[in-house]
Amino acid sequence: MSDPLAHRVASATPPQLAHRIRGLSDRTIAWLFVAPTIFLLLAINIFPLIWTIRLSLTNFRTNKPNAEVEFVGLENYRKILTDEDTWIALQSTAHFLIWTIVLQVLIGFTLAYLINKKFRGNDLWTTLIVLPMMLSPAVVGTFWTFLYQPQIGLFNYFIAFLTGADPASFSMIGDVPLAPWAIVIVDTWMWTPFVMLICLAGLRSIPSSIYEAAECDRASKWRQFWTITIPMALPFLMLAVLFRGIENFKMFDLVVQLTGGGPGSTTLLTSIDLKREAFEKWRTGYASAYAVILFVTVFGLASIYVKALNKVKDR
Amino acid sequence: MSLFLNGLLRLRRGPWEMLATILIALGVVMLMQPFAMVLFTYSFIVTLVGTVRFIIVSHFPE
Repeated sequence: MSDPLAHRVASATPPQLAHRIRGLSDRTIAWLFVAPTIFLLLAINIFPLIWTIRLSLTNFRTNKPNAEVEFVGLENYRKILTDEDTWIALQSTAHFLIWTIVLQVLIGFTLAYLINKKFRGNDLWTTLIVLPMMLSPAVVGTFWTFLYQPQIGLFNYFIAFLTGADPASFSMIGDVPLAPWAIVIVDTWMWTPFVMLICLAGLRSIPSSIYEAAECDRASKWRQFWTITIPMALPFLMLAVLFRGIENFKMFDLVVQLTGGGPGSTTLLTSIDLKREAFEKWRTGYASAYAVILFVTVFGLASIYVKALNKVKDR
Repeated sequence: MSLFLNGLLRLRRGPWEMLATILIALGVVMLMQPFAMVLFTYSFIVTLVGTVRFIIVSHFPE
């Protein structure tokens, strides 16, 4: 034993303990290393999930901890799945989810494609484009409420400049038909750079030799784009959609800051609705059932998405 | 088609996974569609059955 520290530790270990450690198999030692992680996973993820499922079958209310808790079976699930407000919240979430993903993928990929071309000031543009992503959602929500102000908001003046309409004649976060689009615009502004970065990584991973071979075969730029660029960047695009999909399904802070779920319940997304049920109305059992429904939906979607992603990668 | 049915009968992963995927997708569409309340009501059970089936059949042989 050349290392004096190791030698000192070894000699300081009581002989009985040293004998016991020497008797451990590789498998046991591996388990000892993995055990803390498994314990944390069980404590932080699995136990709360099981507890939530259990709560969803009761009428428990957190603000009445001493009240008798009754087992109500699937009653909470029946109430949620026949409630029109919940249905509308899910429709609002679907509108938000679909449009943000479509716009972010289209704009993000286009930006990545342009940034990938070598030009002067390339790095500066990348940094500028990425800036919105680095801001706090609360800050973004607050300053977009100012931009959307009918009297002083720059956004309204910009739209008025393009269309000739009176800037005070519409309110992006006050009008029922416009409010869902207001949150889509802000989320797209904030998170398109994220999609752009992932797409940029995908585009930069394509070897230039493939394009050179295509040039030799006299393939047009259009053909190269559809048969080389898109298929090879597709796994990255799908990954970006997965990340944004999961993130937007649980979107909360930005929308609360921007519209608070209003006007009425036009922008009431499921996460905001769930929070109100759990921590404003204190219907813990009901909110737990709501959370289980959302969990199963996201889990199911993520499962088929990961399967599709693996298929694309294996191609 | 006969290949698909054969795979189902012989408990092969591919066709069973496809069925589970269709169920999950159908459940999610039913959950978020704006047309019929009855579809929304039965959406969760469809998604749940699809998800559980997906977990089980992903252990079937290829």
